[in-house]
Amino acid sequence: MTTTIPYKSYLEPHGKYRGLLDWLTSTDHKRIGLMYMYAIGVFFMIGVLLGLLMRIELFSPGETIMGPQTYNGIFTVHGVIMIFMVVIPGLSAVFGNLFMPIMIGAKDVAFPKLNLFSWYIFICGAILAVLSQFTGNGPPDTGWTFYAPYSTQTGTNVIMAVTAAFVLGFSSILTGLNFIVTIHRMRAPGMTWFKMPLFPWALYSTAWIQLLATPIVGITLLMLIAERLFKIGFFDPALGGDPILFQHLFWIYSHPAVYVMILPAMGVITEIIPTFCQRKVFGYKAIALSSIAIAGVGYLVWGHHMFTSGMSFTARWVFSFLTFVVAVPSAIKVFSWVATMYKGSIALKTPFLYSVAFIFLFMIGGLTGLSLGSLATDVHVHDTAYVVAHFHYIIFGGMGFAFFAALHYWFPKMYGKMYNQRIADIAWLINFIGFNILYFPQFVLGLQGMPRRYFDYLPQFETGEILSTIGGFILFAGLIMMITNLINGYRKGEKALDNPWGGSTLEWTIPSPPPMENFDTPPVVSNEPYDYE
Amino acid sequence: MFTTYDPQYASNMVEGVDTAFMVIFGISFFFLIGITAVMIWFIIRYRRNKHPKAIQVKDNPALEITWTVIPTILVMIMFYYGYIAFSPMRDVPSDARVVKTVAKMWSWEFEYPGNKLSSELVLPINEPVVLEMVSLDVVHSLFISAFRVKEDVVPGVTSYMWFIPERLGNYEILCTEYCGLNHSFMESVARIVTREQFDTWLDSIPAATNLDEGLVIMRNNACTGCHSMDGTKLVGPSFQGIFGRTETVLIDGTPTQVTVDSAYLYRSITDPDYEVAEGYNRGLMKSYKGVIQDKDIQTIVQFLMTLQKE
Repeated sequence: MTTTIPYKSYLEPHGKYRGLLDWLTSTDHKRIGLMYMYAIGVFFMIGVLLGLLMRIELFSPGETIMGPQTYNGIFTVHGVIMIFMVVIPGLSAVFGNLFMPIMIGAKDVAFPKLNLFSWYIFICGAILAVLSQFTGNGPPDTGWTFYAPYSTQTGTNVIMAVTAAFVLGFSSILTGLNFIVTIHRMRAPGMTWFKMPLFPWALYSTAWIQLLATPIVGITLLMLIAERLFKIGFFDPALGGDPILFQHLFWIYSHPAVYVMILPAMGVITEIIPTFCQRKVFGYKAIALSSIAIAGVGYLVWGHHMFTSGMSFTARWVFSFLTFVVAVPSAIKVFSWVATMYKGSIALKTPFLYSVAFIFLFMIGGLTGLSLGSLATDVHVHDTAYVVAHFHYIIFGGMGFAFFAALHYWFPKMYGKMYNQRIADIAWLINFIGFNILYFPQFVLGLQGMPRRYFDYLPQFETGEILSTIGGFILFAGLIMMITNLINGYRKGEKALDNPWGGSTLEWTIPSPPPMENFDTPPVVSNEPYDYE
Repeated sequence: MFTTYDPQYASNMVEGVDTAFMVIFGISFFFLIGITAVMIWFIIRYRRNKHPKAIQVKDNPALEITWTVIPTILVMIMFYYGYIAFSPMRDVPSDARVVKTVAKMWSWEFEYPGNKLSSELVLPINEPVVLEMVSLDVVHSLFISAFRVKEDVVPGVTSYMWFIPERLGNYEILCTEYCGLNHSFMESVARIVTREQFDTWLDSIPAATNLDEGLVIMRNNACTGCHSMDGTKLVGPSFQGIFGRTETVLIDGTPTQVTVDSAYLYRSITDPDYEVAEGYNRGLMKSYKGVIQDKDIQTIVQFLMTLQKE
């Protein structure tokens, strides 16, 4: 094609419908990414409010604002929403959809209609999850882990919540499939595997986990439903089943799911650091391959959730050994990020600040995970507040802060406008401080022997619980400030440049916001990524 | 000062576990502080207004191999410390005293030789004990923080844990596997005493075969997990001397004085939220109407009427 197509942003109406319908029928990958983001943003705030309610309840011992049944329902719903509807889809469905095709020089994903269909499945699953709170005999009270036989016996609305998780799983599988095919088949001419940026690399590893591991939790949840409805004895020993089988099947998916959350986060950080240092990323191949290594070995470590469950001693030490092996690729990534800053030219902008916070919080999350992978120490801290602190450092401090980093990094590209960077920096500082005050005391509480999922606690834990609740409010204030600032940026921010940060990947070569099919002429890639020479 | 420090660990498992913690936390702390310091130093040293042009440093395979090999060695050391401290936990000495442990929503029960039952885990100091644990309903987990021991109690199988208590005193036993409504109230105490005190205590416990029928029904339904017979305040009021005493109860939030009679006891079992004893919360106890047969409830009421004040 020789004629130049007139520029028209993807945000402008372009289908045969107008308004909301124009969006709901659009198969444009960027629009689908934004629709995921708005939905996930709403679910995230619901999850945050539920978390805050738990913190208020735990502010003092005994009943504060709710009874134990309500509390048990709230931590279950908080977990289900945050895990299945926020952190698992989070980065890959939002920023993967928005930017992966552009970063590899494609016009869209391989199956645009399937992509839109995945979003609809996601919304259906989400509606079921929300309905499970208001229908049946009260919100499910099993925890997001649905451990049998409690989950096969309790009178609450478990079936609908489990169905919701099942449906949400399909959205994840189809997105994974779509990304694998896209990355295999649609890279720009000249973009060999090792010329591909590292965020797509991370998404590629993630997609394989989504595709291969999610069906296992799907079938497990179906077995749970079958047991509840038809009394088929898979898990309940009273029916001839085995409760440990449920735990194995559940964690075969749910541990790799942790990597579905954290690998794209690592990918985002790997994009941001070179841009703000204006330097080629250090150890490109090691970072790319360590994503694959994490995805591979990550399948084989699920047993570390079950060190006290009564597995054989051999199973326990083998899982412990493999868990330590999977720690190494994460360490390599951290070293590479820090080495990328060496002799760079560092601009301390908001996305970079969030990335630095990510590295610090992820290190704490990762290093505290070592005592959970070690057999003897896990015995002491397993199922205590220590675990709660550990995974919030990984999931929120890691994936959450990476999401905020990505949001501030790509915001000018997504909307063609810039937010107020000073307010964004202040919100970053409040978030960082609030986060640490909220979760760090929980490490100490856990080491002192405070179990998790406790509605009430012994008096010796009060100081830590009060501190944690105060941190919760500080973090909440920071989040509100951050979101308000971004909304204001969208409504009345200054016009953003096409490449405001000096990024080197393909999304910065096209206008902000990008046109419908991204590139007027398909790009041809000859350089390695992050080439700042 | 130093003389008040008790060097003895609460159990034989503490030293190994705490050593593993020290090794892991020591290495972790070193890396956390080291990497953070280097990162902050790079950010200050190479900030854009001091260092406007980045220098493109080439990859350094030797460096990358170094920072792959060193962490690998360090995590293997951590694995080793965790392994050597853990493996004795699964290796029960043959002379360990067996205490059968029954977990149910939401109480612990410990069964000693001679069919003697106790809601507390009383043990003589410096003697190995193995808990053979069963669950009557869902998965529970027995955790004694001070002893550094924890093992799940899974319905359908018998799991075990063992240890040697090495310090006198009372230590909390908590449930660490979420088990429903009163999970956070599923607690007991490990009372470590001298051998003489232990023998006296064990002798004073009647064998379960001589128990009143009402008490047997109550134990089977876990009533005793929340209500003591000896005046101790657990999740619910104690049954000690309950018959005939004047209770302040809340009926729809209004404080009312009632004298405990058989009708009140019956109502409290079948509709516990109707009159809630002051100082306790609604919703903590479920109704046992239909769960316990009516004639058994009458037997429980008869038994409660016999409990003396002290």
